[in-house]
Amino acid sequence: MPWPLPYPFELALMQRALVAGVVVGVFAPMIGTFVVQKRMSLIGDGIGHLAFAGVGAGLVAGVWPVWGALVFAVVGALGIEWLRARRETSGDLALALFFYSGIAGGVVLAGLGRGLNASLLVYLFGQPLTVNGEEIAVIVGLGAAIVVTMLVLRRALFAIVTDEDWSRVAGLPVGALNTVLAVSIAVSVVAAMRIVGVLLIAAMMVLPVASGQALARSFRGTMWWSVGIGVASVVVGLAFSRIWGLAPGGTIVLLAAACFALVTAVRRGAAFRLRSGGAEL
Amino acid sequence: MAAPERIAPRRTPGEILLEAEGVTFGYGRTPVLDDVSLRVRAGEFVALVGPNGSGKSTLLKVMLGSLSPRSGSVRLLGEAPERVDRARLGYVPQRPTLDSEVPATIEEIVLAGRLSRRGWWRPLRRADREFVHHALESVGLGELRRTPLNELSGGQQQRAFIARAFATEPDLLVLDEPIAGVDAESQRRFRDSLAHLIAQHGAGVLLVSHELSAVAQDLDRVVILKRRVLFDGPPAELAASGVSLGMHPEDLPLWLEGLR
Repeated sequence: MPWPLPYPFELALMQRALVAGVVVGVFAPMIGTFVVQKRMSLIGDGIGHLAFAGVGAGLVAGVWPVWGALVFAVVGALGIEWLRARRETSGDLALALFFYSGIAGGVVLAGLGRGLNASLLVYLFGQPLTVNGEEIAVIVGLGAAIVVTMLVLRRALFAIVTDEDWSRVAGLPVGALNTVLAVSIAVSVVAAMRIVGVLLIAAMMVLPVASGQALARSFRGTMWWSVGIGVASVVVGLAFSRIWGLAPGGTIVLLAAACFALVTAVRRGAAFRLRSGGAEL
Repeated sequence: MAAPERIAPRRTPGEILLEAEGVTFGYGRTPVLDDVSLRVRAGEFVALVGPNGSGKSTLLKVMLGSLSPRSGSVRLLGEAPERVDRARLGYVPQRPTLDSEVPATIEEIVLAGRLSRRGWWRPLRRADREFVHHALESVGLGELRRTPLNELSGGQQQRAFIARAFATEPDLLVLDEPIAGVDAESQRRFRDSLAHLIAQHGAGVLLVSHELSAVAQDLDRVVILKRRVLFDGPPAELAASGVSLGMHPEDLPLWLEGLR
């Protein structure tokens, strides 16, 4: 029995998509604030591709692809963090290694199973309109765990992503906190892949933060602006996708990108007016 | 603003806070430190100086536990560096490169200084905020606490990092080139802050710097390092040998260059 919501959210499938999407709109930009500050904006992409390999492994093994994606993403995130922390290789090279291995592994594993079928495309590009009750429970559960972790550890995580060397001398458990952050990113990717797809999940971690940091004057403010923009992108994106029959995952991300373009244009316009006004004085 | 009540016990005057004894270290076959000994006591203000490549930064890393000496020993706050209670240590790194991707206010930066004292997993309380505000007032940044760090001058940013170290209520404060390229007003504030920390809280301070003119009057000892300790004594003794710290600010850097 659907809730009495107006068009375009009057259908049960739209309402399920709305619940799952709003949860993603909260936790992805929240964790993204730490990811962007750490200058690892592409880590979501790298782990997304590993999750794709996990989906393929799940299809081959005949288990729910989400569990396969979770195992691959968490192990991969720990591997990336291990390489980064040991400085065995540069951060972007470590990401590239996992990035390409993940996508190649996913294709090979899916080929061994039922091929590049529709269920694989759902995880690649996202399809919030077909999420079922079990998937919503997983998204909400994982999302709640991420939000609680980020809120409880926000000051310590802020310290390590802004100044890792100082944090180490100050006695913060830098290795453990980096591991918590890496695992949280992996869980975020898996929780969000049914909504925006593994190819676009990194965008939901980064684009709202790009807008948020332009609007806010503090780390805390950036986080909450990013969450607001993330949720708004999901709600408006789902509405547009229903009204005009667009792909929902892509529409959500395009709106987040449009928001960044708008914020940047308004800020540059304001700065230009300020300079012009200053010149007249 | 009145100083909030200090949680940690004050140090016993004269207590040894930092002690390096016969430290030797090298990178591969290149010797960097040779039989270096150095002490900092509670209530003491010590400057460590030396020409570029003299081993200052390496000695700092050894003393803070980031590197292990080949021979010799280090005691930090009475413990081996890996076992020390880091909440008692304040540290200002050399030219901190705080990422400006996301704006962060000075208050947010300095609040991080309370994490080791309070416990990084515990929520901060009103008393912690009072310590932070007091630390910001002591470096003259109280009015700017809600300003993003990347909107401040280099000198103001450096004062914010010093306030972060103060916010830990350190028994020992270690500063690595904190006033390099900093304006005169910031240098004056810096000197006042250190004098306050030593006089009011009995902390020990180890300052690594080429520029000692701003603090020349307050130093108890100067240690000159060039792989080995070449001099360890009061500034007056150094001045008696013809090297000035304060009257002619250029004297010390030029003299250090001559040691290379």
